[in-house]
Amino acid sequence: MGRWMTRWMVIILALIMTMPALAFATDAKQGGEMTVTFKDDVATLDPAIGYDWQNWSMIKSLYDGLMDYAPGTYNLRPGLAESYEVSPDGLAYTFRLREGVKFHNGRPMTAEDVKYSLERTVNPKTQSPGQGFYSSIKGFDAVTSGETTDLTGVIVVDPKTVRIELSNPDATFLHLVALNFSFVVAKEAVEEYGADFGKHPVGTGAYKLSAWNLGQNLIFERNKDYYRSGVPKLDKITFEIGQEPTVALLRLQRGEVDVLGDGVPPARYIKMKNDSQYADNFMEGPQLQTSYITMNVKMKPFDNVKVRQAVNMAVFKERICKIINNRAVPANQPLPPAMPGYAENYDGYSLDRGKAKALLAEAGYPDGFTTELYAINTDPNPRIAQAIQQDLSAIGIKVDLKTLAASTVIAAGGEPDQAPMLWSGGLAWLADFPDPSNFYGPILGCGGAVKGGWNWAWYCNEEIDAKAKKADAMSDPDLVDQRIDLWRDIFIEIMEDAPWVPVFNELRNTMRSDRIGGSEDFFVDPVFRPCNYRYVFARDAQ
Amino acid sequence: MIRFLAKRIGQAVAILLGVTVVTFVLSFLMPADPVRMLAGRSATPETVESIRRELGLDQPLPVQYVKYITRLVQGDFGRSYRQKTEVSALILSRLPATLLLLLGAIFFELLIGMPAGIFSATRRGRPSDNWIMAFSFAGVSMPQFVIGLLLLYLFAHMLPIFPLGGYGTLNHLVLPALTLGISGGGWYSRMMRSAMVDVLRKDYVRTARAKGMTERRVILVHALRNAILPIIAMIGLDIGIFMAGAVVVESVFGWPGIGQLAWQAIQMVDIPIIMGVTLVAAIGIVLGNLLADLVMPFLDPRLQLE
Repeated sequence: MGRWMTRWMVIILALIMTMPALAFATDAKQGGEMTVTFKDDVATLDPAIGYDWQNWSMIKSLYDGLMDYAPGTYNLRPGLAESYEVSPDGLAYTFRLREGVKFHNGRPMTAEDVKYSLERTVNPKTQSPGQGFYSSIKGFDAVTSGETTDLTGVIVVDPKTVRIELSNPDATFLHLVALNFSFVVAKEAVEEYGADFGKHPVGTGAYKLSAWNLGQNLIFERNKDYYRSGVPKLDKITFEIGQEPTVALLRLQRGEVDVLGDGVPPARYIKMKNDSQYADNFMEGPQLQTSYITMNVKMKPFDNVKVRQAVNMAVFKERICKIINNRAVPANQPLPPAMPGYAENYDGYSLDRGKAKALLAEAGYPDGFTTELYAINTDPNPRIAQAIQQDLSAIGIKVDLKTLAASTVIAAGGEPDQAPMLWSGGLAWLADFPDPSNFYGPILGCGGAVKGGWNWAWYCNEEIDAKAKKADAMSDPDLVDQRIDLWRDIFIEIMEDAPWVPVFNELRNTMRSDRIGGSEDFFVDPVFRPCNYRYVFARDAQ
Repeated sequence: MIRFLAKRIGQAVAILLGVTVVTFVLSFLMPADPVRMLAGRSATPETVESIRRELGLDQPLPVQYVKYITRLVQGDFGRSYRQKTEVSALILSRLPATLLLLLGAIFFELLIGMPAGIFSATRRGRPSDNWIMAFSFAGVSMPQFVIGLLLLYLFAHMLPIFPLGGYGTLNHLVLPALTLGISGGGWYSRMMRSAMVDVLRKDYVRTARAKGMTERRVILVHALRNAILPIIAMIGLDIGIFMAGAVVVESVFGWPGIGQLAWQAIQMVDIPIIMGVTLVAAIGIVLGNLLADLVMPFLDPRLQLE
């Protein structure tokens, strides 16, 4: 019965998730414009290079991949591919491309462009951070080693068909061709601009870049030839750069700007959230994010699982959430609640100082010990680190705080013997795509437990690694449920080893002006931040 | 004059070379790995190493430095790690904004500092002198981001006279320039006052007064001309001080200058940009000092170029 229950739940959940998309995606009229503010400069609009939340969503609006996500949801849908077929062994994906898709320069997009773009991302000369995602494509090693630039696994069958052959089955593959790093670029533009392509983007996307005044603003204009009819909704988006979040909020209240790219400044959060005047302007929702404390399992005394479990029982997560005005919800496992594979029925370690002390005594530390906690030095992380310090002192663990610049904390975590404990806040794991495997490999798997890696707990459990490999090979669509079940088990087993203290799942928020409409889901879209640029609309154009 | 210039330019080149060595070594001594910042969370160790090779960061530091300098003397500042754009293009696109801000700041600090200093000096020890000096002390001590946010709140939010940050018109310039001007003006008023107090004790001032000149003429012509010399030297030095202030003020006001560029580059360990901005700032300081030295003899014929 349980299995039936979960299957029905998945179906109902999927229906609920797609509903807003069905209801809101098509009815709004096109027209109007909006202004979005950001503090930091936009680094690049090259899909092979751009890898921060600011350019991630801009790139999604300028280019397309073979696959796409329905707005406001985690659901894959065909993008540049009109349909696809997976071979029974899961080793070949054949994509049939849409007719009539054109680049911003007017040239029709073909299967050759798909191949070129993937080869470009894998080619070491491109310096793409996403290179490793495509390691399952045949011929990957020959390209990364520089032997050839021809990625043999990507085959142009005819101008409208591309087949991608894998060397091993990869259940996440359809997500990987919805990822920015696979987006299709116009070869002639890449060749014309070279390394400056990131400032002169040419894709097939819903918008095209019409102006970029370095350090001041970027202007996106609607691509009138976009293949999805009725999309995007807005004629023009202006991104204003260099706007302090506090100043941006004042400007939004004054009606000068429409969406806060960096969200509501923390100091104004409570006021904006509770002010009924802004009920229709304040947007908040979950995201695929977990903040956690890592304990380096290679360093004493955290090599002892009892010590790690004791720490898990000592951290008062509700209080930490309160410190940040409840802009987060307490977590008890690595996966965030919105991620498939989240274990609803798992209770985790509850706060129990008596039991924690007993565990410490069993481990041979009845009087506690002294250790270090690394955290980044921007608010609220030092305050959170202090709270953790207090919690641990209650069970006899004396913690020295090391609050440093983000880049330094990352470097310390990547050394096998430097950071006994590390608070991930401000650096924490945000999923690249909505699949549980993305929460494993680099941050909990053996592959990430290397010098310079992101597995700061240095946790490497061969048995679990084997299970993870097995789960990722289950690419048969009929095995989806089984695969998710397997992942759920994997993360609960990891919690028994307790390399992390999962602390909270951050919520994200932003504000929109009265001029901008669209479902709240578009403003907490899992893959777009601060909002789904393709689907939000202008009220004055309706 | 030519000998003086040649000597000073030689010194300047040596200073700039020193600046490149120090910045270069410091950037790499930072306990942070630029490649890891660049490659992000999901990059495999193989990808990280391959990016490191492509950027030439796998080579020994001296080799990297020699390569950097060789390209630099050809006018090539390199490309940003993260943006891939040429550093020179990034700096050039932002330099006008910073220069404009510097000019605005110098204007305001002179406008505030000189009259306040002169006024104080002529009323030495009286309550008005104490008040002005208290204000100048506050101006010097307040952090620039506090002044900036305060001005924004008062004159852009409460009384919407000026825009809330941004760039484009002279109206946009007023508040950020005033922020730098208030803290600079504090220094200037104190310097102006002490220079003026010194000069007012001099014999020629007494002579001027004895001749029956108006007090106004004594102060503005005879005293001011002599008291202003340290201020001119100070403006040369100020360019360096402003470069530091520009980082803060440009961030608060969203002013698209090189300070903002540097600040963001430091967060991401984008070494080519850090190097480029530091070098441009150093050139600014060296030029500012040189200019001050060149102007001085014209204002004070007793000084010789040497």
